Amino acid sequence: MTVLRPGPLAATLAALVAVFLMMPLIAVIPVSFTPTRYLSVPDAEWSLRHYRALIDNPAWAQGAWLSIRIGVVASVVATGLALLFSLGIWMLQPRFAGLLMGLALLPMVAPPVVSALTLYFFLITLSKMNSFIAYDTWAGVALAHAVMIAPFAVVLISVALAQVDRRIDLAARSMGAGLFTRITRVILPNIRFGILTALFLTFVLSWEEIGVTLFITSVNAVTLPRLMWMGLRDNIDPAIAAISVVLITIVVTVILTKAALERRRARAQEKA
Amino acid sequence: MKQSSRFLLLIGPLLLFLVATYLVPFLGIIRWSVTLPEPGLGQYKAALGDPLVLTVFWRTLRICAAVTAGAVTGAYVVTLLWVRGSPLQRLVVELCILIPFWISVLTRAFGWLALLSNKGLINTWLQSLGILSEPLTLVRNEFGVIVGMTHFLIPFAVFPLASSMRNLDERVLMAARGMGAGRARIFWQVFVPMTRPGILGAGLVVFVFALGFFITPAILGGGRSVMVAELIYLRIFQSPDWGLGAAISVILMAGVGILLAAMMRQVRQGASK
Repeated sequence: MTVLRPGPLAATLAALVAVFLMMPLIAVIPVSFTPTRYLSVPDAEWSLRHYRALIDNPAWAQGAWLSIRIGVVASVVATGLALLFSLGIWMLQPRFAGLLMGLALLPMVAPPVVSALTLYFFLITLSKMNSFIAYDTWAGVALAHAVMIAPFAVVLISVALAQVDRRIDLAARSMGAGLFTRITRVILPNIRFGILTALFLTFVLSWEEIGVTLFITSVNAVTLPRLMWMGLRDNIDPAIAAISVVLITIVVTVILTKAALERRRARAQEKA
Repeated sequence: MKQSSRFLLLIGPLLLFLVATYLVPFLGIIRWSVTLPEPGLGQYKAALGDPLVLTVFWRTLRICAAVTAGAVTGAYVVTLLWVRGSPLQRLVVELCILIPFWISVLTRAFGWLALLSNKGLINTWLQSLGILSEPLTLVRNEFGVIVGMTHFLIPFAVFPLASSMRNLDERVLMAARGMGAGRARIFWQVFVPMTRPGILGAGLVVFVFALGFFITPAILGGGRSVMVAELIYLRIFQSPDWGLGAAISVILMAGVGILLAAMMRQVRQGASK
């Protein structure tokens, strides 16, 4: 077995790639402490002014709050629709399952810019009929995000369903359980984890969505990524470095906590 | 009857939702492309005859090819360690793949600006060490776009590679070793050919993703190396020419569709073997 382990050359190359992957995330840290108003590396003086700007400028908190609201609505809508769809495909195994699945996954595989233009067309058409779900409104963004993230929920829930033993469903059916009972009492408890994962992933995807958001918002529905985009385009605002450090810290904390919990669980299982 | 009505209740909502919000509006885009500003295929002719548009298409293909090569190579090396390394190596590699994967495209593009721009980390250090007198132009050009996109796409190449490396028949490697092949020979003549489906899969995924990239080229290219997606954005919002923007979108969608169909065929052939 030792011969087939990667040797020092492979390890060195992989270490270089790992550094490449982490480098830009680490680089934002010094930049976020710069005392200047433009992107630069602080040399003598380190300043917290850009972190203070995140608190003092209400636009950041408003953007984050809007993104949370949109993310919650979009992920619940997308996961709900995806759950029904995946259940239907799994339980009834229709003849054109492959084709239906392809249609459901379309927004995920199409180039994001084409989806963005399509949803822009959709929302400006809706704007002529109402002012609630429309271009540059929070409900319009939530709807567009739901379209974009629903395929990811379909994938995750279908993967969870593929691991369910069909025989327990057949047993329930042969004992006279109706469709509703089979779903709520037999299948749902078995794919609970998959549904939660789908909710979480779709929320994160909506929270950081920018490609489509850029096309369908202008000045009213300014989500957090949209606000960051405005600070990145012309004169780069170092406040972007500060918000990036905050976002990176959240991701790293979540991932490390999850890794630690998994390790502890694995150890507890080994002992038991 | 009962069966089919239940079926519609479960499957119907998502399909109706996507038809209304996606399929029908996409037909609207196709209509734009053949009616604006006047009916006909003029916009397609304009798109394929306009040297600017062709330059952008060509640049997009070139950048995507470079990014695919870079991302698949980089991903191959880290996946090797992720799948076959010691437990510690696995943990470190996994964190280095997962952390960037969960961080938004904007933050990652900004990280590269912080590293590569004229007042960024690399230029500041090289100048303070006296190696450079003038800053190097590392960003707002094609180089910056390629670096940023490669960085973004490495995690996406890792997953197909990992599955092909995990499913490989260990006994073949043992046999090669038993017959006296050295480590390098086992790697290049046995291991790499056996992971070819993974390499092809990863390459296609990265290439298809890269074709429609918008945010990273817009930020790291600084308007100087415009790719197809940014061109569509500019045609819709800056120099309004909706017909042309729509026509380019339809061409892009068709290109991606052809590539995906090729990928599906590859998968099906692989499965039937």
